[in-house]
Amino acid sequence: MSPLLLPLLVPFIAALCCTLFSKSLKVQRSISLIAAVFHLAASFNLLQNVRSEGIQVYLNGGWAANIGIALVADLFSSIMLVITGLISLVVLIYSLKEMSDKLQSRAYFPLFNFLMMGVNGSFVTGDIFNLYVWFEVMLLSSFILLAMGKKPDQLEGAIKYVTINLFSSILFLSGAAIIYAKTGSLNMADIAMRIAESSDEKLLNSTAILFLSSFGIKSALFPMFLWLPASYHTPPVSISSLFAGLLTKVGIYAMIRTFTLIFPLNNGLLQEFFYVIAILTMVVGVLCAASQFEIRKILSVHIVSQIGYMILGLALFTPLGIAGAIFYLLHNIIVKTNLFLFSGVILRKKGSCDLKKIGGLYKVNPGFATLFALSAFALAGVPPLSGFWAKFVVLKAAADAHEYLLLGSGLAVGVVTLFSMTKIWAEAFWKKQPEEYPGVGEDTGNQPWQIMLPIVFLTICTFALGIWGELIFNICVEAAEQLLNPTEYINAVMGEAK
Amino acid sequence: METLIAILIGILFAGGVYCLLQRSLVRLVIGIMLIGQGANLLTFAASGLTRKHTAIIKSGETILQAPHADPLPQALVLTAIVIGFGFTAFCLALLHRTYKTLGHDDLEKFNTTDTDK
Repeated sequence: MSPLLLPLLVPFIAALCCTLFSKSLKVQRSISLIAAVFHLAASFNLLQNVRSEGIQVYLNGGWAANIGIALVADLFSSIMLVITGLISLVVLIYSLKEMSDKLQSRAYFPLFNFLMMGVNGSFVTGDIFNLYVWFEVMLLSSFILLAMGKKPDQLEGAIKYVTINLFSSILFLSGAAIIYAKTGSLNMADIAMRIAESSDEKLLNSTAILFLSSFGIKSALFPMFLWLPASYHTPPVSISSLFAGLLTKVGIYAMIRTFTLIFPLNNGLLQEFFYVIAILTMVVGVLCAASQFEIRKILSVHIVSQIGYMILGLALFTPLGIAGAIFYLLHNIIVKTNLFLFSGVILRKKGSCDLKKIGGLYKVNPGFATLFALSAFALAGVPPLSGFWAKFVVLKAAADAHEYLLLGSGLAVGVVTLFSMTKIWAEAFWKKQPEEYPGVGEDTGNQPWQIMLPIVFLTICTFALGIWGELIFNICVEAAEQLLNPTEYINAVMGEAK
Repeated sequence: METLIAILIGILFAGGVYCLLQRSLVRLVIGIMLIGQGANLLTFAASGLTRKHTAIIKSGETILQAPHADPLPQALVLTAIVIGFGFTAFCLALLHRTYKTLGHDDLEKFNTTDTDK
């Protein structure tokens, strides 16, 4: 069996088994844990294969690539698969204790696995309509997970999230239909080849804008990001951290894939448009975050501003810029998930995430506070943690391209990020517990290992990504070169057709 | 024929967006449904609209002769309709639950997650 199928089949089978054993939480937990470990191992295996043998292609049913559905894994896809595997395992362990048994028994495990299948599917598919289908698999699971628990604010957030995401899917479907009518193919490599020969700029640009708006909504770009801070802080923390880590990043993945392969950004107008969007996303996101007082809301809005850096890397369209965007993606997935996990612990200890109602965490638990500080400073980009190198590479690429406005706004946004993180630190950890609020959560004592292990592990990852970042950065550079040279991708996919 | 369908798609999109901008939850769902149908119709129209010619290869020939409608978008639109059907069902369930929990369906009042309360 092709190693490409495993990242899809493992979560799928796990989801089915979990549905079968819906009566027993114990069995569902073991199945999901085993599946998550397999998922991670399969992704590593795929990454190894791609590194040693080049781009992997699997043609479903043996159809030619331009007729059937092709699954393709290049370096970028397999890197994303590995990080997805890692995050899914970590969040799964965390959720075992963080979510109540009652919530877990409400089809949490099948949905978790279906969500993973949707995310993985989006990463490996080489077919534009198939990408739409995987998006829908992912979205439907995420809708139900988001509304789980049925609290009023959750339902309210879910309505916003569902509406805007369905709208974005519809835009994507329209884009796919138009591009099919135009090129007569749905295979991304085939489309790329035909578009390169085409000269009809108006139709191509209009389709590109449809894709840009659709993926822009999914990855929360300015001005289409308001659904994110309205919904991401409402579900249980495990679900928030999974969404914060992975879902918007799938949008970014689709964006990078589309705008390197199908509509390369090296034409003037679209690229300048991306510059503007990148700056506005970074700046508006970070300013919105600075005005918030709820930890999870601060973190959610920061996702938006971080997305801006990744789009900046893509918009520069140089090998260094795209490598920086990929490295930033990895760093941000790890750090952002971890910070959400921290907010879960704060919620358990203090019963609230509102900065005005909590305080004194440093005095109670200095070890936990130090771990938080490491992750928060990594997000803000303090050397030698991972965020510093991620920002450094993206901004270096901006400087190399002589885009000093981008460079300046990137630096300024970094400073404001540091301000937000310091705010959480000062309010939640340093100041005394305000006397008018009790500040007592459901579990004030030592946290169980299921909660602490993921946090410690992800903090070590952040640290390692900072100190031994070169190894991973080199893979990112290779991935970026592969992305910027679509001929390799096209040959790998279409070559199999012959 | 194409022109007619194009105008119809436009009307569906416009009507859908109009419904999305209303304050009632039910109209929100209707809006999503209308736009969804517009996109489905667009996918269908991508196959080229021809009458009287079926997409069946005649005996003695190896490939399909033009003019004919491309069957692939018709398969795609079936997938899209099924997915849209699932989403509509979910939206209606969510709408029902929201109305029961919050006691109103006025979107103007849906701002508690945006403010610090």
